[in-house]
Amino acid sequence: MKTYTYTEKKDTRSGFGAGLAELGKTNENVVALCADLIGSLKMDEFIKNNPERFFQIGIAEANMMGIAAGLTIGGKIPFTGTFANFSTGRVYDQIRQSIAYSNKNVKICASHAGLTLGEDGATHQILEDIGLMKMLPGMTVINPCDYNQTKAATIAIAEFEGPVYLRFGRPSVPIFTPDDQKFEIGKAVQLQEGADVTIIATGHLVWESLLAAETLYAQGISADVINIHTIKPLDDEAILKSVRKTGCVVTAEEHNVLGGLGESVARVLGQQHPTPQEFVGTNDTFGESGTPAQLMEKYGLNADAVVKAVQKVIKRK
Amino acid sequence: MPNTQQLEDFVTQVRRDIIRQVHKVNSGHPGGSLGCAEFFVSLYQEIMDRNDGFDMDGRGEDLFFLSNGHISPVYYSVLARSGYFPVEELNTFRLINSRLQGHPTTHEGLPGIRIASGSLGQGMSVAIGSALSKKLNGEDHLVYSLHGDGELQEGQIWEAAMYAAGKKVDNLISTIDYNGQQIDGSTDDVLPMGDLKAKFEAFGWDVLEIKEGNSIPAVVAGLKEAKSRTGKGKPVCVLLHTVMGNGIDFMMHTHAWHGKAPNDEQLAIGLAQNLETLGDY
Repeated sequence: MKTYTYTEKKDTRSGFGAGLAELGKTNENVVALCADLIGSLKMDEFIKNNPERFFQIGIAEANMMGIAAGLTIGGKIPFTGTFANFSTGRVYDQIRQSIAYSNKNVKICASHAGLTLGEDGATHQILEDIGLMKMLPGMTVINPCDYNQTKAATIAIAEFEGPVYLRFGRPSVPIFTPDDQKFEIGKAVQLQEGADVTIIATGHLVWESLLAAETLYAQGISADVINIHTIKPLDDEAILKSVRKTGCVVTAEEHNVLGGLGESVARVLGQQHPTPQEFVGTNDTFGESGTPAQLMEKYGLNADAVVKAVQKVIKRK
Repeated sequence: MPNTQQLEDFVTQVRRDIIRQVHKVNSGHPGGSLGCAEFFVSLYQEIMDRNDGFDMDGRGEDLFFLSNGHISPVYYSVLARSGYFPVEELNTFRLINSRLQGHPTTHEGLPGIRIASGSLGQGMSVAIGSALSKKLNGEDHLVYSLHGDGELQEGQIWEAAMYAAGKKVDNLISTIDYNGQQIDGSTDDVLPMGDLKAKFEAFGWDVLEIKEGNSIPAVVAGLKEAKSRTGKGKPVCVLLHTVMGNGIDFMMHTHAWHGKAPNDEQLAIGLAQNLETLGDY
């Protein structure tokens, strides 16, 4: 079993900010837009170094999505920044028509996704955004797991032609992936090799799944742990290869189980390799105010919840 | 440059194209299309500086965005007759496997179209983005957009209007098809919008009115005037007073033909009022 350690915790949104700042130096076509949340999105450094390539839109997210679509005409690569809720649900039709259906090369960068936004409560804690975005034809959906991976993903999507939804978060979480990683869109990352169960996680739940795997190992259960940073297109092959070996699967995500990663995995397995599956995610509910850790515990989105789901699914083999 | 008679002949042919397209598939939006025929013909044949051929980036030329996408019949007719795709393709309007979708889209790769529209209120934002892209690229070409007056009931329009003025997007000319009609009746009955000139001026736009939006000389002169007002720190708004259904007597001055196709007899009457000029497809 591999050992994962960390020396530092950082928020994934800072990984986005660092990636964007890097793109400011390396890709003159990258432009950034923000709807009055520069500090929250960590866009300051890009703006400082590239003021002419930044557009402060004000609190008008629909307009921001349309302007981003228009900026692509003439060769710009727009990165929009606001909270996940205002990046998706609030502007769904603008994304659908002006970006996805029009196949515009816009990168929708969404911070404060999920419950870990914390104290602001349910109005801001979107748990439906992965579902909303993955349903749009042509949309790529990415949810990286730590600072380094978010930075790498931000840089990678600038090279990719087409609309992308990049989801990240507010709280500080362990940095455990390499700082020199090559981010391959659509390619799963195998973090642990095991024989008894497959744990497929995305975003903040990847670290929790690694912790769960340690606990399970002590109980004599060895787990494959797979980081699915790209929910669409899904790496079907990596999932099938693992599940053919282990015979059962737990999916884990900071998102409603309806419409999330788990349902995407279930579709692949249902069609190609029917397998017992348990879902770690929120169960058709809104969030509430609280600290991120309190919320993740109350709504069953931590290592304990993954361990329990594994114990349950193994009995169903 | 074409003379007034040539532009008027072009308009007459476009009217025939509009009603023939919607008649064939018994669906589509002839009313607003007919009302904007003079605008489209003036824009594409006289006003815009356009490159030959089509590429999505549109560098080095003026660009146009249709925000009220339901008036696709007039857009398709003028694009085809301006050389973007074969005129015969108008035969495929709204048919399965066609590039001429009910509402315009880039999805099927139809030359001339740079954004999908149909869901209302989005085109001004897109036009602003395109105008900003031109500024970043150091271009002095202009971006045009067209909006229905009923479309102004969408909130996103006013987000965009505030932005364009506040951020001095002065290479943008947004025209409002001011026909006073929408699906359920007159705009005053459905949702009165008050004084649109005062509203756009209050938002910080330079507003000019074209009182005779169905007169080629008036539209050409008005759009030239609009061009002359660009580059002065304000976006330019043109209030284009038009008559829905213009050019076919029984379709004029009513919202009844907003989204309804003529039957065989009505088509014949409409065509008789607009004799072939450039040749039917």
